[in-house]
Amino acid sequence: MCEEALLRVRNLDKRFGPGCPECKERTNRNLEKNYCSVCGTVYACQDVSFDLFPGEILGIVGESGSGKSTMMQCLYFDADVSSGEATLNDPELQDENMFQLSSQKKRYIRNHKYGMVYQNPVNGLKMNFSSMGNIAEKLISAGKRNVSEMETTGNQLLESVHIPLFRSKEEPRNFSGGMQQRVQIAKALSNNPPILFLDEVTTGLDLSVQANVLDLIKKIQRESGISMVVVSHDLAVIRMLADRTVVMLNGSIIEQGLTDQILEDPQHAYTQRLVYSLL
Amino acid sequence: MMTATHFAFFDEGSKKEIRRATLKAVAIPGYQVPFASREMPIARGWGTGGLQLTLSLIGTQDTLKVIDQGADESVNAVSIKKLVQETTGVDLTEQTEAATLIQSRHRIPEVTLTEDQILVLQVPTPEPLRKVEAREYVTKRLHAEDEYSGAWLMLFEQIMKYGKTATGADHPVFVNHRYVMAPSPIPRFDNPKMHQSEALILLGAGREKKIYAIPPYTDVASLAFEDYPFTVESFAGQHCHLCGAEDVFLDELIDEATGETYYQCNDTSYCMGRLNSGERQEVVHNHV
Repeated sequence: MCEEALLRVRNLDKRFGPGCPECKERTNRNLEKNYCSVCGTVYACQDVSFDLFPGEILGIVGESGSGKSTMMQCLYFDADVSSGEATLNDPELQDENMFQLSSQKKRYIRNHKYGMVYQNPVNGLKMNFSSMGNIAEKLISAGKRNVSEMETTGNQLLESVHIPLFRSKEEPRNFSGGMQQRVQIAKALSNNPPILFLDEVTTGLDLSVQANVLDLIKKIQRESGISMVVVSHDLAVIRMLADRTVVMLNGSIIEQGLTDQILEDPQHAYTQRLVYSLL
Repeated sequence: MMTATHFAFFDEGSKKEIRRATLKAVAIPGYQVPFASREMPIARGWGTGGLQLTLSLIGTQDTLKVIDQGADESVNAVSIKKLVQETTGVDLTEQTEAATLIQSRHRIPEVTLTEDQILVLQVPTPEPLRKVEAREYVTKRLHAEDEYSGAWLMLFEQIMKYGKTATGADHPVFVNHRYVMAPSPIPRFDNPKMHQSEALILLGAGREKKIYAIPPYTDVASLAFEDYPFTVESFAGQHCHLCGAEDVFLDELIDEATGETYYQCNDTSYCMGRLNSGERQEVVHNHV
């Protein structure tokens, strides 16, 4: 491929528990689903490697407990990895393994290079601060110190996610779930991050709101060319958003390729079952 | 039966522990150093942090001044002074210039402090990020990671709500280009006095068990946005009704009989000093 990857993830491992001789070796691990039946250690992510290219949306599908969210948390530094490497194609961080950086540097990357939309808006928003304040928080952490500029940016973003401006100074706790999710998206986008992580953003929203949010994401991606990693267990969401898709099962990637290919011609038995069980 | 207390109330071990924390605090300006806050004969929240600093620092040569909300004669200030004097026998003063050690709550004296003085401030909430983040282990990490958007966010919210930063007191400051610090509930008027202060400023929080410091000649900047610069309380056109001072922090008082508003120096010893010198000049003038 001629284009260079924006985010490269290599051999990401995330283990919960100490591990034992039975399960320590990656090659001959004897696991029941994703945990060791001897010591009970959970292998949430095993040897996960993928590339994210500029401007693309990468979908990650898999059943509950397949390690999608854990992987996302590791990438966003919410959780520490057990081992592995992630590099960002950025002049400031050329070829440095981001998992090895100091927490100060990690915070810098989170604030300047990443945006995150959590499944539960409680994790991504400060519920007792105004929506405008929430957006400003991200801008402030990215180094902005001008109130009127931040307010203008905030208003533009809130408008683009269809939040009526007269409610911009209201706390998100007064909002409906769909509105909260849209405020969260506005916040994540506020510092123009090159990479946006979306973790089950439409789960729990009703269908019309889901469509709204998905439309919005698609529009943002078309207009600003942000790379996105979209985690979902909903194949319809993946079909609509993702250019390429990664299928995870028990912490490992079992199949990856163009979304159309994966959905039309699944190779792995689990992917086949997943695709054909679509209602 | 009354047994004589140890010099400065504390045993030497306690003093040593507090001094060690203090030294660390001076070495890392603005960083909150945890310490083993002692049980004191006054209740926590009434200045135990400041009192412990004072008692660990004081020597027989010292002259002590204690102020509470700018006043030398308020109950709390008097009680603390009594306790320190009974256990040490040091001289007390109300004159800022004469003191070597000044313990204060809510104010930095109007008279500029010198290199030979130490100012001890009593702090109720040492954590500037507490309102945004309730968990101590998280705020510690935020300090470590230099992540102060929360402190700015609080000011931003005030601007959104009131059109200006509305910190009545305790306006957060940025110390030595590294740590954001709660300057204790002093009015914004006193914040600039911390910048490049000649005197060592120590802050003690007894209930929260933290000591932190601003060493002499340290840069201290009050947090502010580009388009909403930091401002102090304005008393434009007002003056003290006793001594006539204008460029000082004034208390607003209301005459109950007439309902009229009038102003008075908040720093009582400063006001008294001005009145006395006025008096002296008058005497000298009339004598001639």
